[in-house]
Amino acid sequence: MSKLSRLRLAGTKNMAIIETKNLTYTYPGATKPSIIDVSIKVEKGEFVLITGPSGCGKTTLCRCFNGLVPHFYQGELKGEISVAGVNTLEHHTYEMAKHVGLVFQNPENQLFALSIEKDVAFGLENVGVSREEMRKKVDWALNLTGIYDLRERSPHEISGGQQQRVAIAAVLAMEPEIIVLDEPTSFLDPLSAEKIFEVIYALNKKQGITVILVEHRLDLTAKYTNHLIVMDEGKVRFEGNPREILSTEETRLIGVGIPKATLLYQMLKKDGLNLNGNIPLSSEELADQLLEALKPK
Amino acid sequence: MIVAEDIHFFYPNKVEALKGVSLTIKEGEFIAIMGQNGAGKSTLVKHFNGLLKPTLGTVRVNGVETTKTSVATLARDVGFVFQNPDHQLFSETVEDEIAFALKNFGFEPEVIEKRVTWALNLLALTQYRKTSPFLLSGGERKRVALASVLAWDPQTLILDEPTIGQDHEQKEKLRQFIMQMQIQKKTVVIVTHDVEFVAECNLRVVLMKEGKIVADGLGKDILTDPALLELSSIVLPQIAQIFAKLSTLGLPKDIIDIYEAKEIILKAQESGLRK
Repeated sequence: MSKLSRLRLAGTKNMAIIETKNLTYTYPGATKPSIIDVSIKVEKGEFVLITGPSGCGKTTLCRCFNGLVPHFYQGELKGEISVAGVNTLEHHTYEMAKHVGLVFQNPENQLFALSIEKDVAFGLENVGVSREEMRKKVDWALNLTGIYDLRERSPHEISGGQQQRVAIAAVLAMEPEIIVLDEPTSFLDPLSAEKIFEVIYALNKKQGITVILVEHRLDLTAKYTNHLIVMDEGKVRFEGNPREILSTEETRLIGVGIPKATLLYQMLKKDGLNLNGNIPLSSEELADQLLEALKPK
Repeated sequence: MIVAEDIHFFYPNKVEALKGVSLTIKEGEFIAIMGQNGAGKSTLVKHFNGLLKPTLGTVRVNGVETTKTSVATLARDVGFVFQNPDHQLFSETVEDEIAFALKNFGFEPEVIEKRVTWALNLLALTQYRKTSPFLLSGGERKRVALASVLAWDPQTLILDEPTIGQDHEQKEKLRQFIMQMQIQKKTVVIVTHDVEFVAECNLRVVLMKEGKIVADGLGKDILTDPALLELSSIVLPQIAQIFAKLSTLGLPKDIIDIYEAKEIILKAQESGLRK
């Protein structure tokens, strides 16, 4: 067990907002479980990044956080899970929606209203928010995600990237305690993706919203997290400090795409270059260390 | 060979998605089309297999104008893998999905069997042979869509965002596979936002913005030009970002390859020590 997770288990002050114990789940008709013995603990206000090879169980785990597994998908769930103090096994997905907002991998599965604005307002309508309040929240979410000008268009006549923004706006409008994002910007161009990540990071920092982000592209996202979970074949293989985890050989061998800056740092260290500071997660961090190391003495 | 000459394309809602695009893709070339969402990238490549026909201008595939032939005929030579695999998959098992086009093209059952097995193996899908594509993860469905096109061995392959949802290992396999296709002199066109993937492949990059081509050249030159990339809503690959910051030390800026990066930094350090 890493030092970080031992500290977490020992501390009682910091309440876990998500906790699973030996969570194992098998989809109906599947021959083997999609997640196996998953025990994780997420504290309120953390920015958690989950990564791992495709098919490793990341998406399935996310579906547990708002009760889609097992209520919608059925199948067999064993172990314990509590999210925002609620046992998701005993509460249906619509009750969890107050606490957890989920942005799916494929935005088309999530959008259905006649206009973007209505899609973003849908969740709020369901929880009975006043009209003025709704207007305010919807406009706020549309602006944050940069789709205010598109609000009257149909979600089905816009691009995949724009649909992803709509799905994110719909979740943000609800201002849930926890936002779970499953590769939320995969269809977006890199600059737009970066802007969305910055918005989510700011919400995490300023409003303390807990963020669970599933991503393969660590080049873009590793710098936001202090709690990394690496999954492989349904199991949690590593959990803890991203700088430590991303610099191990084992992580690379599982097939995790180590950020190029982290990789280059390791290659240079190995060849004897003396660099000072933390293991870098972004190009900025490595560039600063290199400027220091290479500057004329 | 694909030749687009001054093509314009209007969608039924009157939006002009292409505003005069001319582009020649030679036999055996590997090219990435990049640019921001809505720049017209997908619209452009859908012209290459006749899915869309230009409103104005012409597209010729191997000398034949796309308006004078059918998608079914073109498909034999130009395989197209969509951005969203759910737009493409419909069979009950992965195996049926991959066999579908082969049956349509009239291949013999033994050939179909061989091709299906080959494609499953190539894309690490053998264990899902009898599984429904809809039970697979997003990344796996994407690979099924790719397998179903690779199976009929088209001369030209168009991949719309092939790396979305793919982990590092699958991307590396895809890269190696494309390199293999290059040896066989096949043409590969990818539409992508994945700068890191393009940086690793070292290929020709065509940059689009608002229905037009704004740059066409080597990845090494285009992906290290911050002004040009910002125009297209693309960020520099990490290695290029690092070298952009190191230019105050007199190091070159046009570096996207991690091994080249390592050599240059180590040399810089050595010469610094000698001074």
